[in-house]
Amino acid sequence: MTREIEASADIPVVQIATIVPIMLTVGANRIVPGIAIPHPVGAPDKGDEVDKAIRREVLERALKAIQTEIKEQTIFNK
Amino acid sequence: MAYKVVCYINQFFAGMGGEEAAHQEPFAKREPLGPAMQINFLLGDEAEVVGTVVCGDSYYGENIEIARERCLELIKGFSPDLLIAGPAFNAGRYGVACGDICVTAGEILGIPTVTGMYYENPGVELYSNKTFIVKTADSARGMKDALQNITTLSLKLLKGQKLRPAEEEGYFHRGIRKNFFYEENGAKRAVDMLLKKLKGELFKTEYEMPTFKKITPAKPVKDIKNATIALVSSGGVVPKGNPDRIRVSSAESYGKYDISGIDDLSPEIFESIHGGYDRVWANKDPDVVLPVDVMRQLEKEGVFGKLYDYVYTTTGTGTSVANAERFGKEIGEDLKKAGVDAVILTST
Repeated sequence: MTREIEASADIPVVQIATIVPIMLTVGANRIVPGIAIPHPVGAPDKGDEVDKAIRREVLERALKAIQTEIKEQTIFNK
Repeated sequence: MAYKVVCYINQFFAGMGGEEAAHQEPFAKREPLGPAMQINFLLGDEAEVVGTVVCGDSYYGENIEIARERCLELIKGFSPDLLIAGPAFNAGRYGVACGDICVTAGEILGIPTVTGMYYENPGVELYSNKTFIVKTADSARGMKDALQNITTLSLKLLKGQKLRPAEEEGYFHRGIRKNFFYEENGAKRAVDMLLKKLKGELFKTEYEMPTFKKITPAKPVKDIKNATIALVSSGGVVPKGNPDRIRVSSAESYGKYDISGIDDLSPEIFESIHGGYDRVWANKDPDVVLPVDVMRQLEKEGVFGKLYDYVYTTTGTGTSVANAERFGKEIGEDLKKAGVDAVILTST
């Protein structure tokens, strides 16, 4: 889905998910590793405040990814 | 009574010429022409080539809808029991024409269809899951074998005989798996495969993994302060009650939902229906999968221009690659029309 959106809209698509090898296999170009499978953008087990802070950090990294020129599949780690 | 077979061939194999005749419009003859003569001979007493439909490769390629319709009418006129197209070997336009007319005749007339191609012919990727494409050599030097294999398979199909696996029958895999009982159980077969692999011997998997395409990365967003960003997710977060009845797994659809004016996905208005992970956290706060709350905050702070008014969601568990690709293509076209500059896609 990620790859086809990028191909048909010709805009950068950053995928946030936890299992990085799957994103590499399906052809996602901009990859941000998620926190956990049931909550890729948050850590609700750590309380509201930490949850939101983590969500913000992951999303800021995603925003950085869509502004970054890349030549090949790239993982944006913390 | 013998089965009736119609053959489809291009201008070249009809003896009309090469490129100079490639714009030949469709016509039919009540007799076997070109390779159809040999096919008629190989079919023996059990089936007969009652007609040949001819169309120029360029004509078909440049007027695909009209060509398809006209050729189908001509084929239909013979009321055949089976259609054989080509073989096209490694000829790209011819391969597309053969594949297209086979798929069309199969769908509309409900008859089995057979063609033949070299594995690099683009027609193989386009049509191999919708018709029988017999593996051939790259040029007409392989005509003899190609026609033999095509007629053998055609007779089996006409008589409704059970087919062995694609590889043994000599056609390209149609992506169909059939259930049957093995003598040995799965554990034994898996260990046998592993031992072969360890010894560096050839082994055959029972479940082929799909191969995925790679694409060149899109250009980055230059002006984030004025960029519109859309959220898309395969994490199964939908408005409460799942109004579009998206399936909890093996999804065949996706939803597009208005989030304008929503600052936070509360469990009162959104929920997760995904059947592939523990939904406890997502149902307490759907933002941990579809992060509308923080995106809205970042938008308000001016970190980026605008959060697009709609989210697109589906469930990505057991969902077929073909469906996922279709969702992506449709969503991408929609976002392009809406002038969206980038997408953040979350998956579970």
